Amino acid sequence: MQAVHGPILASLSSVTHRYGPVLALDGLDLEVRRGEVLGVLGPNGAGKTTAISLLLGSLHVQEGVVSVFGSAPGAAEVRVRRGAMLQISGISANLTVREHIELFRAYYPAPLPASRLMAMAGLEDLARRRYGKLSGGQKQRVMFALALAGDPELLFLDEPTTGLDVDARHRLWGEIRALRESGRTTVLTTHNLDEADALADRVVVVHNGRRIAEGTPAEIKSRTAGRLVRCVTRIGPEEVTRMPGFLKVGTRGQHLEVLTTRPEELVRELLGRDRGLADLTVVSAGLEEAFLALTREGKEGAG
Amino acid sequence: MTRGAETAGKGGGALVQVRGTRRLSPARRLHIYLLEARFQVVEVLREPAFAIPTLVFPLILYLFFGVIMGTGGPSPAVPTYVLATYGVFGVLGPALFGFGVGLANERDTGVLLLKQTTPMPVGAYLFAKVMAALIFGTAVVLGLFLLASQAAGVALHRWQWFALAGVLLAGVIPFCALGLAVGAWARGRSAVAVVNLVFLPMAMLSGLWLPVYMFPEIMQDIALALPAYHHAQLALKVVAMDAGQSVPLHVAILMTETLVFLAVARLGFRRAGTFALGGK
Repeated sequence: MQAVHGPILASLSSVTHRYGPVLALDGLDLEVRRGEVLGVLGPNGAGKTTAISLLLGSLHVQEGVVSVFGSAPGAAEVRVRRGAMLQISGISANLTVREHIELFRAYYPAPLPASRLMAMAGLEDLARRRYGKLSGGQKQRVMFALALAGDPELLFLDEPTTGLDVDARHRLWGEIRALRESGRTTVLTTHNLDEADALADRVVVVHNGRRIAEGTPAEIKSRTAGRLVRCVTRIGPEEVTRMPGFLKVGTRGQHLEVLTTRPEELVRELLGRDRGLADLTVVSAGLEEAFLALTREGKEGAG
Repeated sequence: MTRGAETAGKGGGALVQVRGTRRLSPARRLHIYLLEARFQVVEVLREPAFAIPTLVFPLILYLFFGVIMGTGGPSPAVPTYVLATYGVFGVLGPALFGFGVGLANERDTGVLLLKQTTPMPVGAYLFAKVMAALIFGTAVVLGLFLLASQAAGVALHRWQWFALAGVLLAGVIPFCALGLAVGAWARGRSAVAVVNLVFLPMAMLSGLWLPVYMFPEIMQDIALALPAYHHAQLALKVVAMDAGQSVPLHVAILMTETLVFLAVARLGFRRAGTFALGGK
């Protein structure tokens, strides 16, 4: 995908937000450009939802500047041009899918037709079903349809695929790609690197309320391309720290686990030093490890 | 579709134009209000846990104490007395449960949060809750009137029926304000407990089941502080069975308490950091 250099539709500038003593955002900067799918990536508790809530005007800005379409995020003229899918536990269980959609459509001056919304979210066969009787994946699809009800130019999706099975997730990914093709702008939060990779033009990595990395998914991946090398060996953790691409070491049971950016060289060296090395596996590092690598980088950069 | 860039400058002409073309027309605003109210009613009707206790319970109470025990009981005034006080009870229930518990639930589940990101006017949300309380209150009052006139032999002048209905339904205002205050502070399941703690003791202490003059003096003093007491006194005044305090006194206390509840609700919303009630 080509990087998008459109005008800025929404932004957070040096935004700090606290919940009592807990610092959720720590001088976060974020820019959303027209036409892009922006992935806001971070582990749980990184501050992603707080950032979205500020952009939606559902939290008061404590420090910094939040702007959407050049206005305050809660302004009436902003709301009609924006849609959101939030992590909420549900809408009324007693209303049907069609009724929920009808109600949300009524809020907007130029809503998408109900039939189109149902088709986009794959709800055609569920129109008369009560929301409370739907499966988790079906409920997510309803929330997606509600987010699109007003034909928004700017769409916020907060962890949209949480709790979805693989099929449902890929289907939603397809819909998000289709929205991008139609010129809409999407802000997507996720803690799933694959999801950001599959959808986003640009990724901002947030950790502890700060932006610790920004770039295309490929760039982020290359920076977090740590591989976890695991084996049974007599080589000690101390020795490993001087090996190629070393990021982190630990032991689990009798296994040694090494996180490295250069797995091939590291494995070659391990095998060279320990002919008795056994039970070797190399796997992609999980996102947590990737974040560790990035935060580590961040600290080194700062220091 | 390139509006965002143009409005980025402050106070540009484009922004004014956007405001002008995107503002809610009165017709569309009315449509949202009515649709929100309709679905609020539908939603609650489909919830037996709400509908049965709040709608059916006052009627069963009346059937028992007004019709079965009341007619041929010690005093011919009983069916009329409990018609007024169960009417208060019947209006109180939907206002507290529908409004208080409903609001607390919707704050909890995040529905309210989601709706507030949309252009839905906050007024439509509150209107829907008040309308639902009014509609269910009307249903209970009509049911009571039917039982009273057809089964319990209550004979009132035509103006008394209308006045009684009017007084009872006006109770929706203070009771919804009370529900709003509870919903603004209590969360989810605890709201049910809080509402029950308010609902039943207040009903009893306000003389909705037994006249207040049968209570010890200290309980009579407590009753003077309760909105349901003053509301019941106004209803009883219509059938000339009240304790004799003046109408302006009852109305003044109810209005004051309504304002206090609204202020308490507003504080609660402010604390929660959302739902700028009347503060936009």
